[in-house]
Amino acid sequence: MFQYEAPEGAQMIQVWINGKEWQVPEGLTMIQAMWYTGHEVIHGIGCLGGVCGACAAVYRMPGNFRLFNALACQTLVKEGMAFSLIASYPTQRAQYDIEQIPDAKEGLFTLYPESATCRNCNACTEVCPQGIDVRTSVWQAAFGDFKGVAETTMSCVMCGLCVSRCIAEMAPHEIALYARRAYGSRELAFPENLRQRMDSVASGTYDEELERLSRLSPDQLKLECGVK
Amino acid sequence: MTVEKPPLINPYDNLPSFDLAEPKAYSPSEREELLRRYYPDYRPDRKTTLHVGANAGDVLPDEIASILESRSILSKNVLPAVPSTPDIEVDLLVIGGGGAGIMASIFAMEAGARVLLATKLRVGDSNTVMAEGGIQVALGEDDSPVQHFKDAYRGGHFTGDPELLSVLVREGPDVISWLIRKGVLFDRDPSGNLSLRKGGGTTRPRLISAKDYTGLEIVRVLKEDLLNSGVTIWEFSPAVELLQGPEGSCAGAILKDVDNGSLKWVKANAVLLATGGTGRLHIGDFATSNHFGATGDGLVMAYRMGAKLLNMESFQYHPTGVIYPSEMAGMLITEAVRGAGARMFNRHGKRFVQELETRDVVASAIIRECEEGRGVRTPSGHHGVYLDLTAIDREMGEGTVERRFPNIVKLMGKHQVDCTKQPILVYPTLHYQNGGIASDTSGRTHVKGLYVAGEASGGVHGKNRLMGNSLLEVFVYGRRVGEEAAREALERKPFSWHEVNLGHVEGFQKNLEKEFPGTSRPEAPILFPDYRKHSHPDHA
Repeated sequence: MFQYEAPEGAQMIQVWINGKEWQVPEGLTMIQAMWYTGHEVIHGIGCLGGVCGACAAVYRMPGNFRLFNALACQTLVKEGMAFSLIASYPTQRAQYDIEQIPDAKEGLFTLYPESATCRNCNACTEVCPQGIDVRTSVWQAAFGDFKGVAETTMSCVMCGLCVSRCIAEMAPHEIALYARRAYGSRELAFPENLRQRMDSVASGTYDEELERLSRLSPDQLKLECGVK
Repeated sequence: MTVEKPPLINPYDNLPSFDLAEPKAYSPSEREELLRRYYPDYRPDRKTTLHVGANAGDVLPDEIASILESRSILSKNVLPAVPSTPDIEVDLLVIGGGGAGIMASIFAMEAGARVLLATKLRVGDSNTVMAEGGIQVALGEDDSPVQHFKDAYRGGHFTGDPELLSVLVREGPDVISWLIRKGVLFDRDPSGNLSLRKGGGTTRPRLISAKDYTGLEIVRVLKEDLLNSGVTIWEFSPAVELLQGPEGSCAGAILKDVDNGSLKWVKANAVLLATGGTGRLHIGDFATSNHFGATGDGLVMAYRMGAKLLNMESFQYHPTGVIYPSEMAGMLITEAVRGAGARMFNRHGKRFVQELETRDVVASAIIRECEEGRGVRTPSGHHGVYLDLTAIDREMGEGTVERRFPNIVKLMGKHQVDCTKQPILVYPTLHYQNGGIASDTSGRTHVKGLYVAGEASGGVHGKNRLMGNSLLEVFVYGRRVGEEAAREALERKPFSWHEVNLGHVEGFQKNLEKEFPGTSRPEAPILFPDYRKHSHPDHA
């Protein structure tokens, strides 16, 4: 069966997975290093393409006091790396229907009252594996600049690592999600080209032609659709 | 003593100079010949003829035949006895937590059904969340659902189901409007209209997108609404077998809690399979762009129960999957980069195919280059061709790649490839299951009480799919089938748990023994691909 191969001639390096020492070839991601050493990974794995946020990980490098974070499916192991997956980080999430909230701006403080308590430490930005300026997004949300939040946090994969570091104990990714949704649902004008097309579909403009096409013989249909 | 090992060969060390001369267009017969010789669907090797089940006689890829003609994973000999009571009773059981499963659950709940959504990993871990390029919806002034229909039918090589397609194009605008009202942010043009972009094989610009994060943007929003909807959600609980009720109908399923191995017996008036595709079977040993759980579980379970499959010989090998760095093998580079002007070159720096040919033609041309020695060798011993995005910035202005494809720039950058300056090495990657479980426009399969939506279903795309139509299918049919299945579940004549059994599995296994006497058959659904190298019996 298909395997993720380390490069030919790859050197073996030493890593620590969940505190245990292993030798693995260089050129593997953290997840691939776990497979290589026989780990079955189910919690902490999802798309393997860097967008689902399932594989948040924390690691340290030798001789460096700093704690690093990463997505394990996208991050290569390095000599001396010690890492663990944080498959899930407990988070409070608000219950709401975005279309029913009386005032979208006020709604943020009702649902996430802690969102105005940022102490500006910037740990959330430093921890973000997507390189998002999380602190700025929290302030944009608090000041009601939901459009700004949408732009700042577009690449958020909802891994929750920002929650793990926030000294104000908020969930910046959930706050950003609310702000983005409020912007899209409540502030941004509904697109006119879509409204017009919905109207013409609803008034049955295309029904007759679509029904006629559906009833054609395969050969007739091929003839009608074949020409660009 | 340490032995000096030779340094790794970097395919970027000796880049050829790129010759921009455009290759000539293929004639229809050249195109056909290229596909016949190089496209995996048409090659005779690695194929098996099915002997058992509703599709006996079909010639399918070995890996698909192997999971279809398989035994239950529940027991080597005797299947487990049905317990005296089910663990849970619901109107609708939705199996799968990707785009289709989430939509179906939300709308079934709104229709008044008690809904259980069971999924193998977390809600949202799916191919939907990975969709980069966009959704097709006919919004242009010179465009219409009729034009969309014609493009999709032609794009499917005239093999799609016209009725299914007609629903898809007609309901598209409405389902997009629902997403927007929920707060999904699609790219807008300066006047506030949804921006429309051109995809391969279409006559009009018709792709709406959220940069190259389209699937992620939608799933973030939908997942939150699902969690707030009142649907019961069981994660890490894949279905391993369907349950049979009166007259061969579907009456629920057995789920397996992957954390403690326990089986959960679900009684349901209706079961909706939204289990997605099969990329993780690595058909033909291709790398895949699919998420970790794409192992075709729904196909296996439905086939045992007698459901018919459609076009299961047909897969989409997306032409541009990353092949180097090797740890990224299979990761998709969206077709939209070619739409924006990216060019492809072989080892000698020559272009070898017009980049906006249909996906199957482009993939075949790449395979041809590599098989005929014009591919670039990677340090893992694979071959690929160069996909150069720098032309986009040259033609459309510095910074365009960064602005339109931030996700690709970010992901390649994490692996030390600056794709705004360097080409990406690509090779076709197993991307999409064109066929699937046959159904009508309400998602009804040949088995009463069993429904299907999304990539697990077949018919809409026929034998080829155009970019952006699968994402539309997921939302149009997810919603529609969720509502229909809920309505029929609420109207279904009550049946007793005592009528529930695994007779269909027993029957299927008897047929297997008849056709393959004395040989052991593989077990399925396989649930998870196994890439482990050590400490595992298969690798001992």
